[in-house]
Amino acid sequence: MLQIKNLHASIGDRDILKGINLDVKPGEVHAIMGPNGSGKSTLANVIAGREDYTITKGSIHMEGKDIMEMDPELRALQGLFLSFQYPIEIPGVTVSNFVKTALNELRKGRGESAMDASVMLKKMKASLALLEMDKGFLSRPLNEGFSGGEKKRNEIFQMAMLEPRLAILDETDSGLDIDALRIVANGVNALRGSNRSFVVITHYQRLLDHIVPDHVHVLYDGKIVKSGDKSLAMELEAKGYDWIKKAQS
Amino acid sequence: MRLWRKLHSIIAEMGQDTILDDVTSSEYKYGFETKVDTDIIPPGLNEDVIRTISKKKKEPEWMTQWRLDAYAVFLTLEEPDWANVNYPKLDLQTISYYAAPKKVQINSLDEVDPELLVTFEKLGISLDEQKRLTGVAMDIVVDSVSVATTFKKTLNEKGILFCSMSEAIEKHPELVRKYLGTVVPTSDNYYATLNSAVFTDGSFCYIPPGVRCPMELSTYFRINSSGTGQFERTLLVADKGSYVSYLEGCTAPSRDENQLHAAVVELIAMDDAEIKYSTVQNWYPGNAEGVGGVFNFVTKRGICHDRAKISWTQVETGSAVTWKYPSCILKGDDSVGEFYSVAVTNNHQQADTGTKMIHLGKRSKSIIISKGISAGQSHNSYRGLVSISPRADHARNFSQCDSLLMGDRCGAHTFPYIEVKNPTAKMEHEATTSKIGEDQIFYCQQRGLDMETAIALIVNGYCKDVLNQLPMEFAVEAQKLLAISLEGSVG
Repeated sequence: MLQIKNLHASIGDRDILKGINLDVKPGEVHAIMGPNGSGKSTLANVIAGREDYTITKGSIHMEGKDIMEMDPELRALQGLFLSFQYPIEIPGVTVSNFVKTALNELRKGRGESAMDASVMLKKMKASLALLEMDKGFLSRPLNEGFSGGEKKRNEIFQMAMLEPRLAILDETDSGLDIDALRIVANGVNALRGSNRSFVVITHYQRLLDHIVPDHVHVLYDGKIVKSGDKSLAMELEAKGYDWIKKAQS
Repeated sequence: MRLWRKLHSIIAEMGQDTILDDVTSSEYKYGFETKVDTDIIPPGLNEDVIRTISKKKKEPEWMTQWRLDAYAVFLTLEEPDWANVNYPKLDLQTISYYAAPKKVQINSLDEVDPELLVTFEKLGISLDEQKRLTGVAMDIVVDSVSVATTFKKTLNEKGILFCSMSEAIEKHPELVRKYLGTVVPTSDNYYATLNSAVFTDGSFCYIPPGVRCPMELSTYFRINSSGTGQFERTLLVADKGSYVSYLEGCTAPSRDENQLHAAVVELIAMDDAEIKYSTVQNWYPGNAEGVGGVFNFVTKRGICHDRAKISWTQVETGSAVTWKYPSCILKGDDSVGEFYSVAVTNNHQQADTGTKMIHLGKRSKSIIISKGISAGQSHNSYRGLVSISPRADHARNFSQCDSLLMGDRCGAHTFPYIEVKNPTAKMEHEATTSKIGEDQIFYCQQRGLDMETAIALIVNGYCKDVLNQLPMEFAVEAQKLLAISLEGSVG
């Protein structure tokens, strides 16, 4: 599904990613953990095609296709979805209008006609229910005045609507209380399937209690320094990141 | 309205280091000139020219004198320079003040110059189609002369008068004489006074007491000839308890020269009447380097009597320089004035626009919602005055002035003036300045929207409060126009 080889990326003259290798197979959930500033969010943004970063070396393939030269919307069309760490406000654009536009643009890109309005509405209602969200949500301007938890739920709501092949969740658990964390995790779990993969970026192991990963990687100083199964997450939770840092220095 | 239907999108060049970087201009879609036989007088401005105009229009003596009086005042005035715009001063002696497509005695569409009909086709307006499908009554002013007014019969049955200003002067002199210049006096300001002296046509509308106009009335303005100015005059009188919704649209050919458009619009809302006046202004804005384009120096003002309401809605995307302040004199008690504006400037365009709300009546209310969007190297200013007179007890105003910047070479400016002379007044003023962010665009792109679609979505969201005020079909076209005006503004 996703193959990253020896990826180096920088912003300005600062190197952030220093040789990332990652192989995500269909249906797999990979967790990427690591201390602040290790390059987790950069990795998410580089995969999604944000222009602020310069890729200096390496490659990113999705389902065998080189996506590095693609504009972000074309990567989305390939089936890539990024749940943002800080979802942005777009005043005056309602959640429903935004999701409708996005869904229909993706359909257009695939050569399909716009989705019938009543089918769309049904789908929206089902996705709302999945995230225990109120219908009034649809008519609110996108992320404007949303609480931290609402913003993250809205991200997963969009994911449920757009049905990506590969979803990257960038610190989706930050700013969530325990109930919201459970709801968001349930939403993600409901979307898990043999043909959909996840890359879950997080500081903490608590999200991984709910979304159980197949693989756990530790990112430190722009490199994956340790990989393992879910027990690695437990170990990190118990011991912190210091032992990783020491091992590297 | 199908003014902007046949438009194709231009794909912005991509791949610069930052998204909001260079500015390229999208092509103006209405830049053609129609070859029609035109009756045009030599350039120049003096009393004789004014007499010639009046004579060509077969006007009565009082009208000629009215013009000459205005001209006498004009000679004492100087061109204002307080607006936040820079442009080369126009030499008024180089402009021709009368240009008319020949054959203008129109009784039916068959008599309209076929070339002009082709023009309307290009603009997406088929008069026939207009008549049949849209139910919009339309007056069309090309250069200076009104060439067609559709739907006259339906309106006649209601007693509604909707015709060119020339026809009104001829057939309804008592109404014209009673109201013309009562809201915008001939001595009002440099451009309005010039207009009073040399105006050549425009639209006139009268709605009798208690009548609700059954359709949107519409005027379409176009400058066609080179070296001419357009000076149209609109007078709209809504008698007691009546209602009318009025739309105007404008385009012009692309030229290297700057053309002057100095219009005057006067609205009169008698007791309990309501006027909704919507404008989509898309005069030629000049090319990407700032050469050419229309100077749009317009005076628009309405007066509200007791419990009357005037609502101005404007979507301003064209013109090289715009200088325009649709205003309300809230003379009557419980009268209401509204101003909803979207002003977009791109490339080298400059706009200084806003409103004046003059509260004289008790419990008079006004709302101002202004949305400025600046892109390229343009400058966009909001200039507004809210004045509460000593006798306007319990007057209220709410103002919201937002500016949106695209890129880092444009400017947004806000000049709100508030004068309160009555302690019972309630005033609220909100202002924001924001930048269309690369973050917003990236977010949209990540969800599958290309850049143009993303910008259109963000801008339309930002303008929503204003676009919602437009009649439905107009709103859809305005949304498209906004997207087109900003095409290539990022790349």
